[in-house]
Formats: sequence, C-alpha cells, structure tokens
Amino acid sequence: MSDLNKLGLAGARDALRAGDTTSKALTEACLAAIDGAGALNAFVHNTPDIALAQAEAADTRLKAGDAPAMCGLPIGIKDLFCTKGVPSQAGSRILQGFLPQYESTVSQNLFDAGAVMLGKLNMDEFAMGSSNETSVYGNAVNPWRRGNDDTALTPGGSSGGSAAAVAADLCLAATGTDTGGSIRQPAAFTGTVGIKPTYGRCSRWGIVAFASSLDQAGPMTKSVRDAAIMLEAMCGHDPRDSTSADLPVPDFEAALTGDMRGKKIGIPREYRMDGMPEEIEKLWSDGIAMMKDAGAEIVDISLPHTKYALPTYYVIAPAEASSNLARYDGVRYGHRAGLDQGDGITEMYEKTRAEGFGPEVQRRVMIGTYVLSAGFYDAYYNRARKVRTLIKRDFEQVFAQGIDCILTPATPSAAFGLGEMTDADPVAMYLNDVFTVTVNLAGLPGIAVPTGQDRQGLPLGLQLIGRPWEEADLLSSAYALERSAGFVAKPDKWW
Amino acid sequence: MSIDESTAARVAKLARIKVDPEALPALAQDFNGILGFIEQLSEVDVDGVEPMTSVTPQRLKRRADVVDDGSQQDAVLKNAPDAREGFFAVPKVVE
Repeated sequence: MSDLNKLGLAGARDALRAGDTTSKALTEACLAAIDGAGALNAFVHNTPDIALAQAEAADTRLKAGDAPAMCGLPIGIKDLFCTKGVPSQAGSRILQGFLPQYESTVSQNLFDAGAVMLGKLNMDEFAMGSSNETSVYGNAVNPWRRGNDDTALTPGGSSGGSAAAVAADLCLAATGTDTGGSIRQPAAFTGTVGIKPTYGRCSRWGIVAFASSLDQAGPMTKSVRDAAIMLEAMCGHDPRDSTSADLPVPDFEAALTGDMRGKKIGIPREYRMDGMPEEIEKLWSDGIAMMKDAGAEIVDISLPHTKYALPTYYVIAPAEASSNLARYDGVRYGHRAGLDQGDGITEMYEKTRAEGFGPEVQRRVMIGTYVLSAGFYDAYYNRARKVRTLIKRDFEQVFAQGIDCILTPATPSAAFGLGEMTDADPVAMYLNDVFTVTVNLAGLPGIAVPTGQDRQGLPLGLQLIGRPWEEADLLSSAYALERSAGFVAKPDKWW
Repeated sequence: MSIDESTAARVAKLARIKVDPEALPALAQDFNGILGFIEQLSEVDVDGVEPMTSVTPQRLKRRADVVDDGSQQDAVLKNAPDAREGFFAVPKVVE
C-alpha cells in the first residue's frame, strides 16, 4: 500500500486487522512525512524511537489477535499534554526543558488503546491564541493556501499544530484541547474534524491548565468516524480529576447511523452576525438544507445572551489563568531567570515570569489578576459568572423545547494570513471564537465538520452543538452532515 | 473605568511580572481596550441570578481521607532549576 500516512484511523485500523499493512509501515510513512514537512512547523518535538517501539508492540498484539481500538495507529499529541520523559512545554518558554515524570490520563488512555505517539505538536502559548502565533516555537503554518497565492496562512489556534499535521497527513489524527474554540476553529481552518466533548468527558489530569472550568481535550481527525473512534479511546472517568464524569462511555462509532429523521435542529438567530461574510452565510444555509434533506426538522431558536459570551469568557478565562499560572514561579520546574546581586525571591518571581511568558500570556494573566483584585471581584468576576449562568440557561431552554442539536458556522471567516492580525487590537483576534465560546461556557459538546470552500479554495466548517453527554447523538448528526457535504478536498502539497 | 499607568504597574506587581516603566503606557492601553470590551456585561440584568460554580450539575466526588501517594522526592525535584540536598533552593527569603 502506498501513501499510508494519508489513511484515516478507521481505514488504517481496518487495513491493520486485515493484515494488509503493519503499524511499523504506517509509522514509518508518517515519520517520513513529518521529516519532509519542516515548513509547516507542526511537530515541535519528534519521538521516532518511542513511535517505532510502540509500533512494534502493536504489531505483536495485532498478530496475536489482541488489538484494542487504536492499536498501531500513529498520532500526534498537542504540546499541552504531559508525556512522561518527553518535552511538554505548552508552547511556552517558561517550561523549556521540563520533562514530566508522569503521563496525562488522556495520553495514557490512548496508549492503553494501542496508539503510537509520533511527537508533540505546536500550539499557542498556554493555549492562549487563535492563530498559533503566540508559540515559543514560532508559527505553525496551514497546509492550505489561497489558490496559487503563496501567502502563509494560519492553521488556527490554539491547536494549530494538531490541525496542520492532520490536514497535511503527517499523522492519522491528533489530540487537541479546547477552552474557547481551540479544537473547532483550527479544524474549520484546515478542512478537518474536531470535537470538544461535554465538560468532564475527558480527564484534565496531566494537561497543562489554562482555564480549568472551560478546558476539555478532544480528537482532531480526518473524518467523523475517526473522531468517534478516538474520542471513545480518550475519555472515561478518572479519580484524579474531580470534575471527571463517572458515566459509562458509549460506543460512539456504533452510534453513527446518520439517521436524521425525527430530529430537530435548532438555528440560533443570534449567530447571524452583522457583517458576516456572504460565503459563511451561504455555507450555513447550505448546511441547513442538507440537514433538512436528510430528514431533520429545522427550528428557528433564540439564544438571547449570545452577544455576552465573549466578554464573559474574557473575564472568566483570564481569571482562572491568572490563578493557574501562578505556579510558574521558577522554583519547582521550568525556567528561572538569572538574578542580579541583591535580588530576593520577589525579583526572582518577577523576572522569571517576565522572561518566561510571552506578551499575550502576560496580558491575560494581568487582566485576570485585575478582575479578581479587591474592589473589582464583584463588578467583573462575579458578574461574569452570573452571565455565564444565563448563557447556559439559554441552551437548557432550547433543549427543553426538544431541540436535539444546534447548527451554526464554526468560524466567522476562512483561515487568515499569518501576521495579518498583528497590528489589530487583541479584541479583534478574540472575535475568532464568537461561535465556539458559548459552548465552553455552557459545558456542552460541539463539533466542527468541513462542509465547503470559499472562492479561493480554502476550507470552511460548520459547527453542531449537542446536549450534555450526548456526544453519540451529536456525532451521528455530524456524520449525516459530513455525508451530505461530501467534502473531499485536500491541500496541494507545496511544503 | 480607565486604567492609568500606576494601576497597570500595580496589577503587574500583583501578578509578579516585571514590566519596564516604558512599557506601561502600551500595557495600560491594552487593558483599557479589553476592559472596554468586557464592560458590555454591565448592561445584563443579573438580579437574582446565581453565579455559576460548576458547569455540570454533578456533585464532586469524595474519596477516603487516606495517604495514597508520596515518597517521590526524586521525581518531584527532577525538574527543579535548583535543588539541593532534597530541597528546592531559592534566594534568601528571611533576613
């Protein structure tokens, strides 16, 4: 078989089980693809020795007929996941040289399911960004280009390396994390599938924390079926994360019927933004037509507090980040600044954090510090938590009306050029998450599915939002959307 | 609510991030932009609304109050920038 790295998880799994190929061959094909893709800057720490050892073990298991769900399938791991003995920097200078002495639950679950780790993937520093431009490793680059124009485009963020690697067939799939849209926005920018499950589905243990009440891990894949396979392997109850849900994990792949008959799809009127590009409008109305043709009932709904989601997020996420990132003090792990004569412990903290954190992380930590400070806690933080209650209530009310899932655009535009937003104020960049951030605030599952291309050939995606814990149903609806859209385009290889 | 340079300096101090004095005007401007954006929240009627404490209605699990981990001094100190004789080493804290 040729071009083994171009397979998805399901295709490779079936080929492995049929004896048509080996994990070693799949892994070598991916490692070669990674070696040839330095221009994308997607993989930032390669682990070929681990990959080949895991592949060999997987081939032994496959031969013995003892192959778990992900057996022998080579994947990439976002740099936010702590992987034992392998650099895990969260894209930050402050964690340079950090070698975790433990394995994150999600990556351990994947290894237990037989997955092969090719290396660690680029990302925005501490997952704070929507373009992968805040990374200490430099920008990850989108394999997609605007027609014949060679302008380098962002793969989105924060899981930009994951999205670029999957889209460019450097791996079969990758892990991502999503605090405000960091799986779904890069998936939409690269023509890949990304699902953020219900808050509590995946353990957060061993994932470098950004905003603990919003962070969730999820898979980034080449198809909805692959997302179902990998999500099932990633999630499950973990006593080491107190917010991890002690609920049975359904067989997500078996639930992929794509049967939309009798289902009600909500179309929220507040997501029709002023100045929304015509192409996004058309993408959305095409998606609505596809769902209708598949037998779903389309219902106009209202989520009245939508416009307050981003400002709420930009209080809550920085507040939690300022608390979580207090641990980077130059004492226990990571970077410590060189000190001058007479410097005490306070100077050590201040210099370490000034050198170790990039500008966006510093900005968010300080905003978080401000909204939590005496005198402003009620006006900002407590008010934001109340508005968050209202945002969640909006969703509860539409689900109580019998809505099964909600269809929206995934992003307000196609991928933009690297550097194009540099001079814009930070808020302009934050608007990238306008359609995705509500889902994190309400703790719901959401999935981005590629359904079209803009006139320059760039991929565009739609988002489906599901009821809490009903990822199985959500994936099935996404499967129906994927089937109707028939998105098969791939970027032309230029790297 | 407008943030001036001295407020920006105070926030930087609270956050334990060293900011050079010449960087303070731009920082204060960034803060004002973001806080102006957040200001929209003041128009929402939140009377009688409970602040969210947990996004999923689940009760946090409790575990038995027993020691179930420990004796990992080497692993704990492994990544320390300066570890000596089984301790984290830091500049002098108490005169």
